[in-house]
Amino acid sequence: MSKNTVSDRFRKVDVDEYDENKFVDEEEGGENQLGPDEAEVDSLIRQYPSLFTRNLMGALQAVLKNPPINTKNQNVKDRAEGLVLKVLSSFKSTDIEKGVQSLDKNGVDLLMKYIYKGFEQPSENSSAVLLQWHEKALSAGGVGCIVRVLTARKTV
Amino acid sequence: MSYHSFLLEPISCHAWNKDRTQIALCPNNHEVHIYKKDGNNWSKIHVLKEHNGQVTGIDWAPESNRIVTCGTDRNAYVWTLKGDAWKPTLVILRINRAARCVKWSPKENKFAVGSGSRLISVCYFEKDNDWWVCKHIKKPIRSTILCLDWHPNNVLLAAGSCDFKCRIFSAYIKEVEEKPAPTAWGSKMPFGEVMFESTGTAGWVHGVCFSDSGNRVAWASHDSTVAVAEGGKTAVCASLTSETLPLLCVTFITENSLVAAGHDCYPVLFVYDSNKAALSFGGKLDVPKQSAQKGMTARERFQNLDKKATTDSKEAVLESVHKNSISQISILNGGKAQCAKFCTTGMDGGMTIWDVKTLESAMKDLKIV
Repeated sequence: MSKNTVSDRFRKVDVDEYDENKFVDEEEGGENQLGPDEAEVDSLIRQYPSLFTRNLMGALQAVLKNPPINTKNQNVKDRAEGLVLKVLSSFKSTDIEKGVQSLDKNGVDLLMKYIYKGFEQPSENSSAVLLQWHEKALSAGGVGCIVRVLTARKTV
Repeated sequence: MSYHSFLLEPISCHAWNKDRTQIALCPNNHEVHIYKKDGNNWSKIHVLKEHNGQVTGIDWAPESNRIVTCGTDRNAYVWTLKGDAWKPTLVILRINRAARCVKWSPKENKFAVGSGSRLISVCYFEKDNDWWVCKHIKKPIRSTILCLDWHPNNVLLAAGSCDFKCRIFSAYIKEVEEKPAPTAWGSKMPFGEVMFESTGTAGWVHGVCFSDSGNRVAWASHDSTVAVAEGGKTAVCASLTSETLPLLCVTFITENSLVAAGHDCYPVLFVYDSNKAALSFGGKLDVPKQSAQKGMTARERFQNLDKKATTDSKEAVLESVHKNSISQISILNGGKAQCAKFCTTGMDGGMTIWDVKTLESAMKDLKIV
């Protein structure tokens, strides 16, 4: 009996992995999702349709296209998040509200998902910018929008 | 609307008798209390003690006057009124997790129990053995069944589950009934057949309800969405994301209108347009009377700023009738086709009876089609 109690490796076994009733999410083809197009977004950020105002609205719409929700490739997701952050940071504080209003319901939900993803890995100024966007997105999408971020099985 | 506070504890579940003079409810413990309406008050007339665990579901069959209860002790009891007392009969459900919800079928010859064992027990009375027997619906349920509702044809059963899906099963028991006629959901209905499975919504399905005709089913899901599906050659689904906290219970009050309530503590109306296959928000059904706005003294403003970092005191008090989440909604009069009154109970231990006509006249933009 004392021989059996020497090793404690059994404590590190993840029993849930061997449960035959374990819930496995349905597979949905995510291999083709590449995330928003980097080149397109960059060019839109640099565009100046009229003097001194950049085409940030267009950039916002473009960066929220093609979200890498179903893909398992972490690089694609990180790249998408970085792009979104870039666009969100280049907005002026006063323009944030207009940006949020230009989105439809699904767009606001998606924006909120990216905002929370951004909160997970804060960089120097990102949290402040994201909080401003969060406030405007919350008034547009309501608490339900945040609930959907929390309950989504597959996220950006 | 009339609000009555029964208890300080949450009301886990409730059920009304046929003429709506008595209500059976579980005060968040192992018992079931039956209250009788006494003018404007409610008096407790019976206490049903048999369960060893919290009672999670109660249903009162209107015609045969039997109550079925199910609880976390993995049992269900069918109670019959003998003289002045309710006598229980144990039903063996053969489940190894808690039972979560129970519903009598429309003809009251069967009832279904949803449980945490990832299956539905459909129970019927076998006369030869004088005993309730159950059959299991297992596939393809992957998680706890949270809510059930029967189709008017006594065979189809809608079930909402924690595996994020709402499904319609056939619960056809050949020992107690004839073969059912074809419905909008399909014509072949062997026991356990999946007639419809929802896709698209994420989040646990907290509440499910068939419409009066049985051609539509609505469900409320934990990702703050409500959805309606209409049976047909291909089922048509319409869903609506809401800006509020998740809804816990939903019911049809006419063929096109739904009332749902949940963690936001007030019922809301939704309207389904079958031509556009779209669901839209109809309005909040609990508009509190505007209390006189007392002017805030400068001291109060400063205190608010200090305590809550804002001078806005709007969110401080919940203005709805219920002070905590509403967990169950039941139709009192009029059935699901022309509901005249419905009742909500919640985690604040209170019960509110809502009158549809008064709501319609009180809220000017409300249209119940």
